Amino acid sequence: MQNTTSIQDHLAKVYALWLREFKVFLRERSRLVASTFTPILWLFVIGSGLGSAAPSELPPGVDYQQFIFPGIVSMSIIFTSVFYGSYIIWDRKFDFLKSVMVAPVSRATVFVGKTLGGMTNSLIQAAILIAIGVAIGIPFTPLSLAQAAAVVLLMSFGLTSLGLALGSYMYSLEGFQMIVSFVVFPLFFLSGALFPLDNLPEWLSVLTAADPATYGVDALRNLTLGTGTYGVELDLAILVGYTAALGAFGVYSFAKMKAV
Amino acid sequence: MIKIRSLVKKYGNHIAVDNLTLDINENEVFGLLGSNGAGKTTTIHMLATLLKPSSGGATVNGYDIVCQPAKVRSSIGIVFQAPSSDDMLTGYENLQLHSMLYSIPRHTRKQRIDEVLNLVGLTERRHDQVKTYSGGMRRRLEIARGLLHKPKVMFLDEPTLGLDPASRETMWKYIQRLVREEKMTVILTTHYMEEADILCDRIGIIDKGRIVALDTPKGLKAGLGGDIIRIKTRNNPDKISQLDFVHKVEQNDGFLVISVNNAKRDLPMLLRHVDADIAEFASPTLNDVFIHLTGRNIKEEPEGGFAEKYAKYD
Repeated sequence: MQNTTSIQDHLAKVYALWLREFKVFLRERSRLVASTFTPILWLFVIGSGLGSAAPSELPPGVDYQQFIFPGIVSMSIIFTSVFYGSYIIWDRKFDFLKSVMVAPVSRATVFVGKTLGGMTNSLIQAAILIAIGVAIGIPFTPLSLAQAAAVVLLMSFGLTSLGLALGSYMYSLEGFQMIVSFVVFPLFFLSGALFPLDNLPEWLSVLTAADPATYGVDALRNLTLGTGTYGVELDLAILVGYTAALGAFGVYSFAKMKAV
Repeated sequence: MIKIRSLVKKYGNHIAVDNLTLDINENEVFGLLGSNGAGKTTTIHMLATLLKPSSGGATVNGYDIVCQPAKVRSSIGIVFQAPSSDDMLTGYENLQLHSMLYSIPRHTRKQRIDEVLNLVGLTERRHDQVKTYSGGMRRRLEIARGLLHKPKVMFLDEPTLGLDPASRETMWKYIQRLVREEKMTVILTTHYMEEADILCDRIGIIDKGRIVALDTPKGLKAGLGGDIIRIKTRNNPDKISQLDFVHKVEQNDGFLVISVNNAKRDLPMLLRHVDADIAEFASPTLNDVFIHLTGRNIKEEPEGGFAEKYAKYD
């Protein structure tokens, strides 16, 4: 019998599960095209359309399209990551999950493998959007690029965990639609992706402050445009906290998930 | 190899598995035979650590299914009722994934994958995506996957469900081959009588979560005693059961099923006493055993018709 508790063995299993997610991702290109197209549409249509109405509160020297760019990158992460939770429902529907659960693999390993798959997905999409950002004049340096990648990974880890955790309690894809209305859109709209946070009415600023995505958007805005509400250190600290909590929620949910 | 003790699974008021006690020996092919909903799959899921028993317990390969799930999982291979491979991956990639999940050392991985692919006859299609496979091929890939880590025990949950007759016979061939070449204990659930008859060393007939009979296929059929005559008649069955050469009369599907010692001799005698529209006779099949034990016909789906035809005219 092999020693199934060693770290190396554990990592090999995570790698195997991640590799499966990645291969499927590469083979379903329509998925990538569809989920990249929407943010681009937002960036150019909403960015230019609302931009021409010239909101007054923007930081100096930044036009609306540039202003919402970090928000649109975040939007792509929010949608892709939380939606990734629906793949656990597919896995269950096609009994793939059962075949993994009957193998000598811990639930935490299954969770980590799946989450890394979702993060890879989000990172690739963010990379495409950032390339477009460079094209529309967002000033990136190698350092700010690396920092932005770290923020993207943190955000997508937290939100993929959230999506997978919620998906683990659901048995139908129809049920998951509810998540979209009650989780994905609020996360996006309250994050300040589309508007500055500085002069909001009291009730709205309470809600935006509670939204984990707010700190991702703000961190990316700090890093790319040099302007933000909280400062990048505070953003990162809060993001790390949220991410750890959501990751724990994910591990807990997977451990409780019924196998059949 | 497997010891099941007073195993119970309840869903609310419904008892899916009812106080099941059973021993399965090393290297035997054991069949759990029963109609849909009899508790076969629930039993398999509990033995495979996917479901927690409500009470009672079992050991598989000496490991407790509740306390030592990881050890049990390393000891077993399982083919689920519905194929569970990833459609988007190739057959080879699916096996690669699972060989890593079962911690098969890197240097033996490729060789073992080639071995099991060859065993189930999928070597040529190994680099095609599973979504291009036929139903029978998918099922065979599942078997290959279950064999990867050389398990001590292999569970086959309705391995031929939904396959056409030709694929089913191919499947039997592969199952017989794996029993011969891989030397393992096989637990097979099925509701196809002739499948159990052909493949199994011993059969447990399960009905409403209980084992109602346990013997070799031969023993079960011998237990019925003699031959079976089936007739369609408007006569009173009581009159027939009073005949001295008749052991037993049961009704099924509008037919009277009459147990006698020797149908060739007794059928002409019987026809002197009753007016039959249709008369036929046969040595008992497992289907007759099942009807005898449960009072019901096992087949619920049209495919069962094939099985019965087979049994009648061979």
